[in-house]
Amino acid sequence: MADKKDPIQTPLTDEQRRKVLMGMAAMPAMMMPGMALAQAAQFPTAKVNTTKLAVTDTEVVVGQLHSATGTMAISETGSIQAEQLAIDQINAMGGVLGRKIRVIKEDGASDWPTFAEKSKKLLVQDKVACVFGCWTSASRKAVLPIFEKENGMLYYPTFYEGLEQSKNVIYTGQEATQQILYGLDWAAKEKKAKTFFLVGSDYIWPRTSMKIARKHIESVAKLGKVAGEEYYPLGHTNFNSLINKIKLAKPDCIFAAVVGGSNVAFYKQLKAAGITADKQFLLTISVTEDEVLGIGGENIAGFYSSMKYFQSLDNANNKAFVEAFKKAYGPKSVIGDVTQAGYLGPWIWKATVEKAGSFDVDKIAAASGGIELKTAPEGYVKVHDNHHLWSKARIGQAQLDGQFKVVAESPELIEPNPFPKGYQ
Amino acid sequence: MDSIKSWLARSGMGSVLILALIIVVVFPLTMDLFRLNLVGKYLTYAFVAVGLVMLWGYGGVLSLGQGVFFGLGGYMMAMFMKLEASDPETTKIQSTPGIPDFMDWNQITELPLWWEPFRHLPLALLAVLLVPTVLAFIISFAMFRRRVGGVYFAIITQAVCLILTVLIVGQQGYTGGVNGITDLKTILGWDTRTDEAKYILYFLNAGLLIAAILLCRWIQLSKLGTLLLAMRDKEDRVRFSGYDVSMFKVFAFCLAAMLSAIGGAMFVLQVGFMSPSLVGIVPSIEMVIFAAVGGRMSLVGAVYGALLVNFGKTYFSESFPDLWLFLMAALFIGVVLAFPNGLAGLYESHVKPRLGKRKDKPASGANSTPSSDVPPAIPLHSGASHGGKPLARTALPDGVQGTSA
Repeated sequence: MADKKDPIQTPLTDEQRRKVLMGMAAMPAMMMPGMALAQAAQFPTAKVNTTKLAVTDTEVVVGQLHSATGTMAISETGSIQAEQLAIDQINAMGGVLGRKIRVIKEDGASDWPTFAEKSKKLLVQDKVACVFGCWTSASRKAVLPIFEKENGMLYYPTFYEGLEQSKNVIYTGQEATQQILYGLDWAAKEKKAKTFFLVGSDYIWPRTSMKIARKHIESVAKLGKVAGEEYYPLGHTNFNSLINKIKLAKPDCIFAAVVGGSNVAFYKQLKAAGITADKQFLLTISVTEDEVLGIGGENIAGFYSSMKYFQSLDNANNKAFVEAFKKAYGPKSVIGDVTQAGYLGPWIWKATVEKAGSFDVDKIAAASGGIELKTAPEGYVKVHDNHHLWSKARIGQAQLDGQFKVVAESPELIEPNPFPKGYQ
Repeated sequence: MDSIKSWLARSGMGSVLILALIIVVVFPLTMDLFRLNLVGKYLTYAFVAVGLVMLWGYGGVLSLGQGVFFGLGGYMMAMFMKLEASDPETTKIQSTPGIPDFMDWNQITELPLWWEPFRHLPLALLAVLLVPTVLAFIISFAMFRRRVGGVYFAIITQAVCLILTVLIVGQQGYTGGVNGITDLKTILGWDTRTDEAKYILYFLNAGLLIAAILLCRWIQLSKLGTLLLAMRDKEDRVRFSGYDVSMFKVFAFCLAAMLSAIGGAMFVLQVGFMSPSLVGIVPSIEMVIFAAVGGRMSLVGAVYGALLVNFGKTYFSESFPDLWLFLMAALFIGVVLAFPNGLAGLYESHVKPRLGKRKDKPASGANSTPSSDVPPAIPLHSGASHGGKPLARTALPDGVQGTSA
């Protein structure tokens, strides 16, 4: 992992170059089998697996639990692909502790009881070393008691509302404060926003996010005032009354957390009502490149999004990642914030296993705090003792082609704080 | 000995006994705890399917909203367990300790009054049984009094499903919203997540299900059951005979609702959470499919239907994660096309005649051929009154005659 030689310089055949490229950190391909064997011998199975996980001398089994079918499939596909890509790359580099990763895929089918059933199956029956999965908060809440009871390890990729911390989960997305506070401060400073109109879909993540935003605007940072706060049911597609309220309130900033299919209607209707980027400043925390595919670049161009990752990030790690991703899933595929966070999961797990010298969940949980990843596409990341990631916040401006132009970036990594004091 | 045999055959107890043996003896002996727990979950859906046999198969009233009652029963149970899991000690990081976590996230600082009864187990259990039943009574009384029936009633039950889902999702501060009520652990300090508890809950669930089947069977064999059938086939004729038809339908609907609610409560105990995804239209229709696959005239068949469909779901989705939805669809279409009366119909038309032939001599009294002694008051070609097409003759007269459960 530490080896950061440029892979292009190593004289290799095309096939090998591809593998190495995919492996990101270069390690000559011909050495791999020998290295792997030596490594496996150095870490005998009896030592690295004392809790009867599905780990043999040559193989370690992990689970992947996302919705491949149902309403959430469109969102979760990116995570499925990114996790698979990371696992393929790790295997091409020789695996983890000399063992190849084998994935057991289960379909949560956008149905929370199914998520619970499948997670139990993965942990109890397949005895997987860890699980990469879940997307919505509801699915995570459904499986959490099972992971805690059966002592499994879940790598959860989505930005979420916080208010949770578990020994058995590593949150590779950002919790609410990491995404919101920097964005609001930036809006106040750069865009001189004094009045904010909060709008979101009606479920736990937007509600909690807006609660934090309101506290930040009104009492913590004293940025100005909240001109309105509105919620609409998931799947809601008629925003005319909202648009009227916005027109009346004339806020400096619309702060949006509208999710899923509602997004498409929301931005199209804003545009139709003449609320476009040249007249109105809008900052969203729920639109990534994946959502823009559905919304259409022309409907959202000029608006801003607060995320930790954009596909257009200009660094060597990200370029290699984007290239590998497009090679694997087609030149038209796009990479959103959650997709990148999903990609981090297997790499963080690998680094943790190697640090702990063991696959045992207790040891992984204990070793996770302080794990660093220098090769992350979003840049350097570190795991906090509270199992969330230190990460930067970035503001991107939506472009006509569906990409984002990064216009601001927090200077330092932001500390994850799932239970923020003063925001409750 | 012969009298026992004849009683078994007449009351349909044989098939109930076989089912009981399979659920209580065969499954626990052949499956590990994980699979057994899954079967336990499937069997909670069987409560709904059994209720639908009474309501749809016997009463002739199709409800596409049984998820409402399953969900309500589950929510009542989940509310009790959530309050127990939210003692001030474990929730001390919240702004308001001692209330469920999702209330705290939604800036609610006090437990709503209507949650208070769920601090007490007896009240919670009573609510599991009564709240869905009372709601069912209100809905069905209002509808059937006005003689709203058939398709219109089915549509209304769908609307109720939708209303309840929207209500639960919208009032997330009080209900947990889309996430539902999660992280349920104990009942009166008894941890429901241990291996031992899982076995106990499985057998409790199985016992309740058998009891429910026996209760329904008893109703079927009583005069009430005959009236339900008669009403299904010629409603006006029963009405003109002086019976209050609407109240019989109300009764069937309430019975099905109460059974569903018991299933919902058992679901929560075994799975450990409740969410609006179990209330909505899709799960409600799935529950009708369980009954249809099993055979809507057969109580035992409904249980097999719930088991088969859910086994299929689990097996297909584990083995073919990419294709499984197509395989499930093929299973539904296949079963409905090939055996319009479900698995029970298959048994009646293919298996039973052969068994009958072999046993004909020694137990002729018990196993006389089905259609010969149908009470004359009930029309044979009764299938025509619902679904449009006359159904295969074998299943219906058997149901009428009461030789199968």
